[in-house]
Amino acid sequence: MLYREAGQFKTTYDADQAIFPIAQDRWAVIAFAAIAFLVVPFFVNDYWTNAVLLPLLIYGLAALGLNILVGYCGQISLGTGGFMAVGAFASYKLMTSFPELNIAIVVLLSGGATALVGVMFGLPSLRIKGFYLAVATLAAQFFLVWLFNKFGWFYNYSATGQISVPERTIFGLVVTGPTAAPWVKYLFCLSFLALFGLIAKNVVRGRIGRNWMAIRDMDIAAELIGVRPLQTKLSAFAFSSFYVGMAGSLLFTVYLGAVEVTEVFGINVSFLVLFMVIIGGLGSILGSFLGATFLVLMPIFLKNFMVDGLGLLPVLAKHVEILLMGLLIMGFLIVEPHGLARMWQILKEKFRLWPFPY
Amino acid sequence: MLFFIETVLSGLMAGVMYSLVALGFVLIFKASGIFNFAQGVFCLFAALTFVGIMEKTGVPWPVSFVLTVGVMIALAWAIERFLLSHLVNQEPIILFMATIGLAYFLEGLGDLMWGSDVKPLDIGLPSGASDWMLDTFDIYVEKLEVVAAVVAAALVTGLAVFFQKTRIGRALRAVADDHQAALSVGISLRTIWVIVWSVAGIVALVAGIMWGAKSGVQFSLSLIALKALPVLILGGFTSIPGAIVGGLIIGVGEKVAEIYLGPFVGGAIENWFAYMLALAFLLVRPQGLFGERIIERV
Amino acid sequence: MNAFVEPATMPGSGVAKGEVLLSVANVSLAFGGVKAITNISFDIRKGEIRAIIGPNGAGKTSMLNVINGFYHPQEGTITWRGKARRKMKPYEAASHGIARTFQNVALFKGMTTLDNIMTGRGLSMKKNFLWQCLHWGPALKEEIDHRHRVEEIIDFLEIQAIRKTPVGRLPYGLQKRVELARALAMEPELLLLDEPMAGMNLEEKEDMSRFILDVNQQFGTTIALIEHDMGVVMDLSDRVVVLDYGRKIADGMPEDVQKNQDVIDAYLGVPHEE
Repeated sequence: MLYREAGQFKTTYDADQAIFPIAQDRWAVIAFAAIAFLVVPFFVNDYWTNAVLLPLLIYGLAALGLNILVGYCGQISLGTGGFMAVGAFASYKLMTSFPELNIAIVVLLSGGATALVGVMFGLPSLRIKGFYLAVATLAAQFFLVWLFNKFGWFYNYSATGQISVPERTIFGLVVTGPTAAPWVKYLFCLSFLALFGLIAKNVVRGRIGRNWMAIRDMDIAAELIGVRPLQTKLSAFAFSSFYVGMAGSLLFTVYLGAVEVTEVFGINVSFLVLFMVIIGGLGSILGSFLGATFLVLMPIFLKNFMVDGLGLLPVLAKHVEILLMGLLIMGFLIVEPHGLARMWQILKEKFRLWPFPY
Repeated sequence: MLFFIETVLSGLMAGVMYSLVALGFVLIFKASGIFNFAQGVFCLFAALTFVGIMEKTGVPWPVSFVLTVGVMIALAWAIERFLLSHLVNQEPIILFMATIGLAYFLEGLGDLMWGSDVKPLDIGLPSGASDWMLDTFDIYVEKLEVVAAVVAAALVTGLAVFFQKTRIGRALRAVADDHQAALSVGISLRTIWVIVWSVAGIVALVAGIMWGAKSGVQFSLSLIALKALPVLILGGFTSIPGAIVGGLIIGVGEKVAEIYLGPFVGGAIENWFAYMLALAFLLVRPQGLFGERIIERV
Repeated sequence: MNAFVEPATMPGSGVAKGEVLLSVANVSLAFGGVKAITNISFDIRKGEIRAIIGPNGAGKTSMLNVINGFYHPQEGTITWRGKARRKMKPYEAASHGIARTFQNVALFKGMTTLDNIMTGRGLSMKKNFLWQCLHWGPALKEEIDHRHRVEEIIDFLEIQAIRKTPVGRLPYGLQKRVELARALAMEPELLLLDEPMAGMNLEEKEDMSRFILDVNQQFGTTIALIEHDMGVVMDLSDRVVVLDYGRKIADGMPEDVQKNQDVIDAYLGVPHEE
């Protein structure tokens, strides 16, 4: 009853094209944002930020980036882990070379560096398509990890090959390093996600977003109505890599603090983020967040349930976790191949029509 | 010069392995259009089952082999029944993701059933250097690799005969050409898929045994699948000769590059060189090794 | 409610009505050993409706593909607005004012009708990436301006009700109409229609014929169309070119072509001698 569209008349195209054309949606989003920004910071502790909130926000950003490439532009990439590594190492080099640089700018520049690398590995997309391209992006994954592992310059010749983050502040508050307060880290990442979530939404509903989708749905027809294929695909690679790079940068600077490239940015990460995108919903900004939430929370639940609830040995639980993860993914794809975003949409549709079935 | 020949030969042998894994991919992709990422885990799972049965029951290896073939066929049936039949007409990427889910599942299942420690696989395959090659040509070649090459060649020949001469083979080729048309002349897609996934499972078992005999059955076995991927882009997803020749090229290319190019850039380039090679090749010839020139139509 | 759009709103090109807009001279196209088009020449004049007909496999679609730069002929020249053009990419042809619909509907299936048509406006939207990120101020104004133009086309083709429907869900006849709308959104000077009425019922064909005539008359758009329905071709077109096995066998007024013996033999069927 509360969720009704009737009576809300749109008199301008502006109102018709708003992100949330229905008033109840607008209020819900404002309320959600207010809680996330104004209430949650007072309650977070170390466990919640480190185990749940930071991975959720950071992977949300990475999934958003990948969704732009895969879901909106239709170019499958399996190189996400490698691109996140670029973001992390760019941050490290920037922070150690220019200590006075603001951390927010470091994150942005790292995204920019990743965008450049992304464009380079996006070049083959003009000539190869579909799974051939997916496999080709694995080249980026392996090459980049090898690069950061092999050349000392990237990790400042540290003996372990690890990079660890120096302490940085923003508005006088410590945001990186071991002394940073959980709520500062949380707000820092949340701000990035909120800001760039909004930007992504703006881009995908404008000319550039439409061109991406045109290439995704039918590349030949798109070209014949004046969409430049190379430019469009590369812009998607750049934009997507920018987000993924920022996610990698935040993962290293704010969340982990110390990183060894082969452990943190392996091919598993590429698959994990791709799963988030698919389970959340291809071509949906909201879906990226839902997918990230689902895949960050699920292993925690599984682990708590099996180790604490059933008393399984951690090693055994790990195997069961992998097995269940596989089962869940398959089951999920069978039940709703279009992802959580579609489920949410159907649910809202039902609410709008309630109590009538249609 | 001799060293170079040795390098090429060992590359060829490794290439045979890649070809075997790639072959499994190609079979499934041709028949069902599914990019089966789980093919590598198939190898691991099959080898684990093979070794596991021998360990637990003490039966000789041929019995275990037959039993494992049975397991792989049952697995193929289960995959069709519980996974593929629910995903008919979905986007290729959804099916691709489902096979990654399958890979996770099989990995967890294999570890749960047989444990995750490295298992030696010894079924009496010859090992060590081939004396004959060493004496005659002064070249070092592993006996095991020669055996692997022979087995692979026999397998491929067998498959070729199966596809060309039998009724099922003809139905398979019909399905590969056009699903709808095949259905309309009364070919059961489900049966064909079970057969193809079974064949791919058996190919995986053979590949798994060969790799296992070389370096033990362990998780890294599933990573060879990743090596088979550049073979696929090089040879094409639907070409069996492509998978074989591509595998050999990648095998030789990466060995030669590692030894002659690796030292200049810090080594360990085997991980990505194959991809770069395949990529560079595709930029020149987008249709792959054996593909026909693509004419796009609207 | 047909919104009448002034012809003046469509871009001019300096080519006056009745003059040659595009001419194809001695064009040959082959794929490997297979000849699709052999030595074909014809022209399209500004403001006319030009039909290209011929049996299946005659090379009609290939001809359209050559005109909008999707295929590159091995021989021959294409002159557009009086200038011979070299190898041209399809998107360049599009930016020169050549739009196109397809034999098999080639819409962007995942997008709504509105977004599909808005895509056609892409070439004339100029705001850069940073403005797009903001989606505010000038970028928003541009978006709304173009939305107005798109709404005019939506009114013109009477597809208001399906604005927000993903095109994948639309019936075939409406998809064809949306495709025409998308091409019109480009405000083309030359519109290529590849079998715009294939698979339609009589009523839908009548609607589509009406739209084609209206586009030609209201917007002054030059139209080249491929069509199998002879009745439609004879009624709509000003001039007809006939292809068979990749060669041109006739060219002229519909009634002349209809009488041409080669055409009757090749296409309309050889009359039986009793």
